[in-house]
Amino acid sequence: MDRVALLVLVPAAAVLLYAAREFPPVGDPTSPPASHVAPRYIERAEEETGTLNMVTAVLADYRGYDTLGELTVIFTAGLACLLILMGHGTRPPPVPARGGPEARP
Amino acid sequence: MKDAFGSTVLDAACRLLVPFMLLFAVYVLVHGHDSPGGGFQAGVILAAAVILMRLVRGEEAPWGPHGPAALGLAVSGPVVYAAVGLAPLAFGGRYLDYGAVPLPLPTPSVRALGILGIEIGVTLGVMGVIIVIFESLAAWHED
Repeated sequence: MDRVALLVLVPAAAVLLYAAREFPPVGDPTSPPASHVAPRYIERAEEETGTLNMVTAVLADYRGYDTLGELTVIFTAGLACLLILMGHGTRPPPVPARGGPEARP
Repeated sequence: MKDAFGSTVLDAACRLLVPFMLLFAVYVLVHGHDSPGGGFQAGVILAAAVILMRLVRGEEAPWGPHGPAALGLAVSGPVVYAAVGLAPLAFGGRYLDYGAVPLPLPTPSVRALGILGIEIGVTLGVMGVIIVIFESLAAWHED
């Protein structure tokens, strides 16, 4: 099983490392993520949303629908924790002590 | 939490810390428009204050949501968020397009208020979820 996992993981890592060479340099203003909608956010966020913090403006206004989904994910995760931990009887029973007083006839 | 970690020192430290944590949480929430912060962080700080008090004082903790109330708080988060998002629909805007709500304010201010509204929803939701997780862990431990 470990060998199979290795056979899958090593080529996957090689592909990812090969693809990583094609990343634009950090801070490149002509890279695709920095040249599409980012300039609009940087230039207009304050006058459009009255919010100095650009991160908040993008998170809660321009991308508000995403954040609703995020909150739903967090809520679902909390609910899952509650349901899993509430499941009594799923813990393994405590191992009985050997040679204790109960073990004697 | 049946077995609290209470002692005189912990109790005094908790009494000193918790009010400032609550105040700081409100600051982080309200000041998220102008500085790093926002609903997620404020919710975590609020939940940390409640959990600290619960750890130190156990069942005697003077306030903070328990059991179903914590779950209700967790539910109220997405509900408040979605309700704030629905408000513009009543005035012909799009979902989560807060600028469409006709308040006697310039549009950017209305949008900032809308952002504050959903951040409050995020705060409530995150706080409730973390308290729910803490309580189920504590109950599991004591089981």
